[in-house]
Amino acid sequence: MAKKKRGVPGINASSTADISFILLIFFLVTTSMDTDMGLARRLPPPPEKEQEDAEIDVKERNVLNVMINSRGDLMVNREPFDIAQLRTRAKEFIDNRENRSNLPEKHMKYIEMLGNCAITDKHVISVQSDRGTPYNVYFQVQNELVAAYNELRDELGKAKFGRPYAALNDEQQVAIRTYYPQKISEAEPKTYGGKK
Amino acid sequence: MSRFSKNGGREMPEMNTSSLPDLIFTILFFFMIVTSMREVTLKVKFTVPAGTELEKLEKKSAVSFIYVGPPTDQLRATMGSGTRIQLNDRFAEPKEVMDFIAEERTTMTDQAAQTVSLKIDEKTQMGYVIDIKEVLRKSWALKINYSATRRN
Repeated sequence: MAKKKRGVPGINASSTADISFILLIFFLVTTSMDTDMGLARRLPPPPEKEQEDAEIDVKERNVLNVMINSRGDLMVNREPFDIAQLRTRAKEFIDNRENRSNLPEKHMKYIEMLGNCAITDKHVISVQSDRGTPYNVYFQVQNELVAAYNELRDELGKAKFGRPYAALNDEQQVAIRTYYPQKISEAEPKTYGGKK
Repeated sequence: MSRFSKNGGREMPEMNTSSLPDLIFTILFFFMIVTSMREVTLKVKFTVPAGTELEKLEKKSAVSFIYVGPPTDQLRATMGSGTRIQLNDRFAEPKEVMDFIAEERTTMTDQAAQTVSLKIDEKTQMGYVIDIKEVLRKSWALKINYSATRRN
């Protein structure tokens, strides 16, 4: 009962710093800070059974057919085409500023914040690739098409609101998206240029 | 001897380092929170294409990765040099993607935001990509992201 109180010796904590340093360095090495970048796309929902053969009737003037063969050559509306001009061509097609008869038809539509506008809301850009097409070519085509939309949206944003698309608020972005809806369809693949 | 010598208890006091571990732990926790663990060991080689219209991949917790490319040099002897698909830590066939997506989906809290990041080698033939996309469509994983690097 008359025990002497024994003091607990303090643990030497001088190595805690080293231990946590090692942990820190381990985490620095195993983790990746780099942000993943990429081209965001949205796939169409899976076809329903009944809809399968019901082809949607689209007028020829409303379609921009981009085909890529197995060698990575481009064809736009059945003519050989250079990828460097694809962006300009796509912009011309989507916009149809001069209301030409061989480019998509325009419809009047009332859009919040922009008023009544004639827009080419029926246009479709169809990308068709071969099973042998190199992925890089396909990616560059997608990139150019998205770039065409982004440039048009930026131009419209600057003209109407004085700022590029990305700097606009949500409502303005919705208005511009209605004006230039992104319509890139990816048709079922076909084999062009013979079997591999 | 010299009148400048100070030998009387005027030593530099030792710095108190008892808060050093706490400081470093704070840095450690910071890094643990802002970074994501590299989860899979890559079994395929790939160089993603370069593009200009890229968007950042957001909501890392809702992202599944699919890697496509030829096997790495160490695995070439056993796996050949053809294009392969890697899901998590193993090689897979395109039709297995559906199970993979379903499995990934059950672990996610925000299932509507599920995004599939496709890390595909730029030399891959589109046939593989088309097959994967078909399966993704069927499994309702419609948000995809073609992984790429920035180009000017």
